[in-house]
Formats: sequence, C-alpha cells, structure tokens
Amino acid sequence: MNRSTRRRLTATAMTVVALTTVTTACSSGDDSTSAKATDGGSYTIWDPYPQFAKGSDWAKLLDGCGSKAGVKIKRTAFDTSDLTNKALLAAQQDNSADVLIVDNPVVSTLAEAGVLTTTDENKVDTSKVDPNLLAAGQSGGKTYGTPIGANTLALYYNKDVLKAAGVDVASVKDWKSLTAALEKVKKAGKKGITFSAIGTEEGSFQFLPWLWGSGAQLTELDSAQGVAAVSLWSDWLKKGYAPNSVINNTQTTSWQEFASGDYAFAENGTWQLANAEKAGFDYGVLPIPGKDGGNAAAPTGGEFVTVPVQGDTGRYATTQKLVSCLTSTENLYATDTTLSYVAPTSEVQDKQVTENAELKPWVEAVKAAKGRTSDDLGTKYPKISEQLWKAVQSALSGSKSPKDALTAAQDAVN
Amino acid sequence: MKHTTHLPDRRLVRDRNGAAATAAPPPARIAHRRRRPTSQLGVPPGEAWGRAAWAFLAPVTLYLALFYAYPLYRNLDLSLRNYTVRSFVQGNAPFTGLDNYQKVFDDPTFGPALTHTVVFTVVCLFFQYAIGLALAVFFNQHFRLSATLRALFLVPWLLPLIVSASTWSWMLNSDSGVVNAALHAVGIGPVNWLTSPEWSLTSVIIANIWIGVPFNLVVLHSGLQSIPASLYEAAALDGASAWRRFWSITFPLLRPVSAITLLLGLVYTLKVFDIIWIMTKGGPADSSTTFATWSYQLGFGNLLPAFGPGAAVGNLLVVAALVFGLVYLKVQRKQALA
Repeated sequence: MNRSTRRRLTATAMTVVALTTVTTACSSGDDSTSAKATDGGSYTIWDPYPQFAKGSDWAKLLDGCGSKAGVKIKRTAFDTSDLTNKALLAAQQDNSADVLIVDNPVVSTLAEAGVLTTTDENKVDTSKVDPNLLAAGQSGGKTYGTPIGANTLALYYNKDVLKAAGVDVASVKDWKSLTAALEKVKKAGKKGITFSAIGTEEGSFQFLPWLWGSGAQLTELDSAQGVAAVSLWSDWLKKGYAPNSVINNTQTTSWQEFASGDYAFAENGTWQLANAEKAGFDYGVLPIPGKDGGNAAAPTGGEFVTVPVQGDTGRYATTQKLVSCLTSTENLYATDTTLSYVAPTSEVQDKQVTENAELKPWVEAVKAAKGRTSDDLGTKYPKISEQLWKAVQSALSGSKSPKDALTAAQDAVN
Repeated sequence: MKHTTHLPDRRLVRDRNGAAATAAPPPARIAHRRRRPTSQLGVPPGEAWGRAAWAFLAPVTLYLALFYAYPLYRNLDLSLRNYTVRSFVQGNAPFTGLDNYQKVFDDPTFGPALTHTVVFTVVCLFFQYAIGLALAVFFNQHFRLSATLRALFLVPWLLPLIVSASTWSWMLNSDSGVVNAALHAVGIGPVNWLTSPEWSLTSVIIANIWIGVPFNLVVLHSGLQSIPASLYEAAALDGASAWRRFWSITFPLLRPVSAITLLLGLVYTLKVFDIIWIMTKGGPADSSTTFATWSYQLGFGNLLPAFGPGAAVGNLLVVAALVFGLVYLKVQRKQALA
C-alpha cells in the first residue's frame, strides 16, 4: 500500500469510527447508577417507570413524600428488565437504593439474594393489602415489601367485529365456546385472537391464565391439563384463528394488532385501558374463561415497594416514612390512576370503581389473580417460567408436539 | 460486554502489535540503541532513563490493565465459580473449577447454539465479503454518481442497530410484513420468516449480511485503489479479459486487505447479539440461538440470572475470536517474510 492511499484509508476509518461512536452515543442513555448520595439528608429511590419524566406527577409525589419526611429524594428510573441486575450489582457494592420499586416476580429473587429487608425489620405496614397480591412478595413465611398497585390479564373484545360475525359475547363461557366464536369470526373474514407468546417472561405471563384455567400446576407442566392448554393455543394457530406473529409478539405489538380493528379478541392487561379508549372502536372486557367454564386465575402483575438492606440501619426509620407515604390511601389512588393499575387495598379499589365503573371487571380479575411466585415457588418460578415459554414456542412454531414440548420442559426443570 | 471497534486499517493493527512488543523484550537492535542514549535527547542515562520510560508506558499499561485485563479476569473468575444470586451479592461463591463449562457442554442448547454460531458466521462472512467485493469493484469504475451511491451504501452501517433490526423484524412479520406482501403479489405463499424454526436463522443472517456489506465495501474499495492502474493497462494490452484481470490481478493483490477484512468481520459476526435479540430473541425455541444470545440469555434474559454459565459461554466466544486473531497474526507474519 502506498502512503497516500494508506492515509486515505486511515481517514475513512477514523470518520467511520467517529460516526459510529456518535450514533451509539446518541442511542445509549445516561448510565449513572451511583445510588447513595454522600450527604445523609438525601434518600435514593429506584423505580421501573422511565416513562415518567422529572416534572411528572409520579416524580412530584416522590419529592412530596421526601419533604414530608424532611429529606431530599434522588430518583433514578430504570427499564424494568434492567432493574434486577442493577439492584444485584448495587447490593454487591453495598450501594443499594433506600427504596426499590420492582416487578413482583423479582422480589423473591432479590429476597433470596439477601438484598431486601423483611417487613418485620423495616416496619412497613401491610395489613390492608389483599393477601393474594401480597403473596407474590412473600417467601419462607416472610414478607419483603408491599405492592404499589396490581394489574392482570383479561380478554378485550371488539364489539363491531363480533357483531358482524354474529357472535354473542355472552355465549363465551369456556374454551369450547371461545373457539367456536373464533371460528365464526374467521368465517366472517375477520381475525380471531391475538396474544403474546414471545420467548421472554412476557410469554409465560400471557400463557399462565390458560395453564391455570386448564387446572394444571406450575409444578407439573407435562400433565394432561397442561398439554390441553398448549394444544388450545397451537390449534388456534394451525386453524388460523390466531396469527403466526404471536410467537414474536410482545404485549405491546399484540395490542397494536388488536388496535388495527381487525381482531375480535386480544389478551392484554389493565394498563391498556387508556389506549383502548383511543382505539376508535367499541370494546368490552371479558375475564379469561377456564377450560370448563368459570374464570381462570390470571397472574398478578405490578410492582412492589421494597426496602433494600443498608449498611447504616439508622436509615430504615426515614425509609419507612417514605414507603408509608407512597402507599398511603390517597397516594395509592393517584399513583394507580396514572399507572392504570388496580390498587392493592379494597379501600382504594372501591374508590377506583366509584370513580370509573369500567374498572369493575379488572378489580374482580385482580381479586381472583394469583402471584407467579406464590405457593412458595419463589426462586423456582424463573426456571419453570423459562422452560414454559420455550415449550409454548416449540409447540406453536410446530417444532415439537405440545406433549413432547412440555415433557422436555418438565425434564429440564427437574 | 466487550466492544470491538472496526478499525479497517493495517497500520493501527501494527501499532497494537508495536505496543505489545514494547512490553516484551525489545529486539536486539533497538535494545542496543537504548543502552546508549545520547545526550541530545536531554535525558540523563541511568536510572532516570528507566523511570522516564515507565512513565511513558504507564498510561497505556494502566489502560490495558484496567479495561482489558481486569474485565477478562473477572469474566474468567465468574465462569469458574458457582454463583447464585446470594453469593453474587455477598461475594463468597465457592470455586467449582470447570463445572460451569461442563454444565454448558451438557446443556441441550449447546449443540444447536454451536451449529447456529458456525453457520451464522460462515454464511454471513461469505456473502458480506462476496457482495462487498463485487460492489467495491463496481464502484471502482469511477462513473458519475459513484461517490454518491457509495455513500448511500454506508447507510446500513450508520443506522443504530435497534433501528435497523426493528425495521427488519417489521418487514419480515408473518402477517403484516412488507416482504410477505411482496411475495403474495408474485403468487408465492407467506413465509413465517421470524416465527418458524426453519426460517428464523435465515432471516437474521439476511439482516446481518445487509448490515455487514458496507464495511466490506469501504475497506475493499480502499484496497482496490492501492492497486496500480498500470498493471491493468498492461494486462489489457496482453488481451486479458475483465474476468481474467479480476482473478489474476485484483484478487491476489487484494489479499492482505481481504485478510484483515475477513478477520474483523469474523470477530464482529461471532459476537453479533443485538440483531438476533431484537428480531427473534434467539427463538422460536432456540432455533436462532447463537453463543452470543445464549450467553446473554443465561446471564440476563431470565428473572434468575445464571452468571457462571453465562460467563462460561462468553469465554468460549473470546477464545474463538482469539484463535482466529492468532491465525491472522501468523498469516501476516508469513506474508511479511515472503
């Protein structure tokens, strides 16, 4: 290579490197994770709500609770999938936040890691919380936090599509009648149902109502009931009642499919209510039916307010004040309204239903819901869940039969 | 995570060798000169000289130790201990030797992940190089707009991966994707690009080839410009066809540039993660899982992280990249001697 081309090559390389650096610099956000402020008058709160910016009601609520307790609040918002590892790393460096708000199935993992204090230690009051919701934050007889709000899954339906297909939604009572309704919808030239069967925790979350609705247990995936639940989904795909894209759908993309107005049903959560209003068609909400009628138990979603272990135990007193402020009746109402969640206490739930009657089916669904880590599954749940979403994906993509997929899943868990 | 920047420049690579060579005992001639420093350098001979040398070396040594050696050591340490979430926090994970590696090798995912990694890397490299070379030769004709078009070809490379991968997954959507719509228009039935185990690997390979072509194009195009035009003129006078000129002049003279392009491409392709993760999450049912996505899946893709096995898979990737790096150095040394 002669000198001038080499120089040109270097210039090109440098330009390209510079450009890529600039583009990546733009795409990656600020990664500062130092939790504890040096002065004692400042308390840190980590939450998974990056959608709420500095001036939002949520941020103001945190600041308000801080000034009530006489301290300054330093808030950091993380993407929910990032938060577990960030919390573990911070604990490793003895640098945990004072208040940590995390997704409920993560609580048992963090508790297992010894990152969280129990409510006996931090004196947070959980007496008013619905026991089925609190169960997600309990393991080994101890409670590791209190829910800030709950959500769960149900079936949204498009009234126009059902009417055009001649389906009476009251007839949908069990799996058989639901499948019959989907068949009618397909014959009418519309699309049946959309859900999310992606290969992440979201996929398991969406499949659980069907698994539990069949009578199967997480501890025995390959039972006949479990196979029936997976077969229900894979048959829907085979017959074209559900689109093939569900295998890669997140709950958001699945919602976008439903919002296009072509689908009769969509399995989705409480948090989509605000978007349902904007969808531009008449919609209704139906609890997910069990195999032979009745309502299936749906998994609880939503976050827990927890108090991580601190080197300086003197901080817990103020932290307790912050947590009780955040979970006080009036603040819960405000927070759960912004998040589009159902409140964890009956007192606030009643208030929510009086203000907005549409929340009624959701409050009922939340009362019937079940924590994923409940039944003392604790840290066994993540392993089971991973095998479960893999099995569902194998069956839906046709690489294994439902029975083989679930047998392989159960073997991998054991 | 390890970051590899693309430095399509042989000189930079040589500089790195240079830095490495400084740490090792220097070749005799240089050592001889160093032992007798002249006063015109302004540095007195003796101990001060050694200290000054270390002071100059310190920044790069510190940098290498802090940002290369330490993370590598940590990753190795992580892979040799049995980490649970509890011992991760408390830092008292028991040393278990090669247990994590054994676990990884015995995992039913290992076989498919290895095959996918090899297929993904080889197919991507081949097509990226072939298409990149074809385009480079094409743009070397210096027709009008060639510079503009060449710049446009860089777009895939300059787009943030999240944007291009999301666009690809939207285009390849089974039901509402534009690719299936186009296939439908010419009478071909829909293909489940991302959701069938037969196609998912192909889909991510296609997307990755598209992203990798510009890099090959740029580097190979620069390489082409260093081939003297007189050679082509002489060959043309001898009556060599365009095809013959390509195989007898362009291709052999491009060999050093090709070698570095392929090596950098290999290292880059081995560790491709974002595209696969965004498009398929390694699924459905592991059908597009490579070592890179598997390592992430183990360490971060689950509510209960398995840091040990995750680090073990990551180390296997580092070793693979290192082996090919050594192969490259050896080939380069042979070429330099020849």
